[in-house]
Amino acid sequence: MIAQHKLALAQVLARARRAPLAWLMMVTVIGVTLALPAMLYVALDNMQRLAGGLATTPQISLFMAMDASREQVADVETQLKNRADVATWRFVSRDDAWKNMQADAELADVAAGLKKNPLPDAFVIEPKEHDNPAALDALQQEMQHWSGVESAQLDAVWVKRLHGLLALGNKLIALIAALLGFALLIITGNSIRLQIANQHEEIQLSRLIGATDRFIRRPFLYAGTLYGVGGGIAALLIVLAATWFFNDSVAEITALYASDFRLTVPLADMALPLIVGSALLGWLAARFAVGRALAGIENY
Amino acid sequence: MIKFDRVGKLYPGGHEALKNLSFEIAQGELVFVTGHSGAGKSTLLKLIAGLERATSGTVLIGHQNVSQLRRAALPFLRRKFGMVFQDHKLLFDRNLFDNVALPLHINGIVGQEAAKRVRAALDKVGLLGRERAMPVTLSGGEQQRLAIARAVVSRPEILIADEPTANLDESYATDLMQLFRSFNQVGVTVLIATHARGGEQSGGGRVLHLKQGTLT
Ligand SMILES: Nc1ncnc2c1ncn2[C@@H]1O[C@H](COP(=O)(O)OP(=O)(O)OP(=O)(O)O)[C@@H](O)[C@H]1O
Ligand SMILES: [Mg+2]
Repeated sequence: MIAQHKLALAQVLARARRAPLAWLMMVTVIGVTLALPAMLYVALDNMQRLAGGLATTPQISLFMAMDASREQVADVETQLKNRADVATWRFVSRDDAWKNMQADAELADVAAGLKKNPLPDAFVIEPKEHDNPAALDALQQEMQHWSGVESAQLDAVWVKRLHGLLALGNKLIALIAALLGFALLIITGNSIRLQIANQHEEIQLSRLIGATDRFIRRPFLYAGTLYGVGGGIAALLIVLAATWFFNDSVAEITALYASDFRLTVPLADMALPLIVGSALLGWLAARFAVGRALAGIENY
Repeated sequence: MIKFDRVGKLYPGGHEALKNLSFEIAQGELVFVTGHSGAGKSTLLKLIAGLERATSGTVLIGHQNVSQLRRAALPFLRRKFGMVFQDHKLLFDRNLFDNVALPLHINGIVGQEAAKRVRAALDKVGLLGRERAMPVTLSGGEQQRLAIARAVVSRPEILIADEPTANLDESYATDLMQLFRSFNQVGVTVLIATHARGGEQSGGGRVLHLKQGTLT
């Protein structure tokens, strides 16, 4: 049985050697087609990484009402202590804030113009769930309604926007990949169909002298799968080359921000799914094409 | 080993190629199927080899009723036969060796064992030294021999040849007939269709003479 598979593979490789240009073209077409969503994926992945590095952890500033009592401040303190979704928090009393303001070179003038301390007591809170905008929102909403609280401000709205955008990007890539995958199915299927047409006499003869469908199908399935593997590898190489090409410009830009950020290809996450997925697509296309062709040949 | 019982073949389109045929062929026999062009010789051979399905009656090969065979079992029936087609059906895009190797590959025989058998078959038909040649470089008679090598390479129990000597001069034809006889002498059942009236070529074999689809 293994010998049969080796034979089919040898047949495919022999055909490839006889028509290397056709092979190269197919592999290139598949590679370029797959490189597009793959590059988008790399871009998105890097944006995510960049966002992760920049993300000042979102904070909630909780301002007490001017007329809040000491008990109410103490209540808020105990509430914060008991909450599981609060990582750390810090109390800034109105007196401390006032001193800070007076000490601040730029704000000292403003402070001097004021007769008495206009600042409320405040808490600076760092929630546990950094990257769950919904949870952050809920937390902020809840704190807003604690007694003695004038306002709770979530100063990381951009986190939410970014996450929304990245999610949209992910969906877009999935859609593009699906559409291009469909196109590849058709392209590969057609190429296999042409190969079948070229081998028509052999297929017909093989049928007459006792070849099973499986035997006839096998080399074409290998051909489709190999197209896919070759195309997947080509796509990977294209992505690596493009990344390398872009990184010169990226280095120049990030140097301006004193960052050493570089585009990286998440090879470990990407290589296998890309190649296996592409191979599967090729196999499927071949399976389709051969199935149709075989159905048209038998007349017994 | 082969038994026809009131077999008829009606081609789609309405042509009745065979009518009510009944005969039996025993293992190891040499049988000539004769008749004019259009008499139904090829059709008869195709019914035996499982290439066409009878439209009436029963065809028994061994103890298998071929007309009731499942489609999936068909390839395995066909492997019992070595077939020399009327139109050769050589593959012109590959050399002699690969042409002859095809039935072996279909039977799952590959590698050294296959190579040994291919050379033995080419040797039997006198084409041993030319395994790397392409079929177009062969004369008509040599192409016919190549087709025979391909038919016998997987050592079938039954060898079927459809007009293997058509278009060949007489001495070449006699040579080929001798070749078929030699296969028959080692126990292979041999069926040969020929439009010749029988007599001169059949010496030693049985003749089934067809006339417009019926045995006479
Ligand atoms: N596939 C087919 N469809 C329709 N009619 C067919 C088909 N094959 C053969 N026939 C008809 O059946 C009849 C017998 O054909 P067959 O090929 O068996 O003749 P034959 O004896 O082999 O002739 P020849 O000596 O010319 O090869 C012919 O009239 C032919 O036209
Ligand atoms: Mg004929």
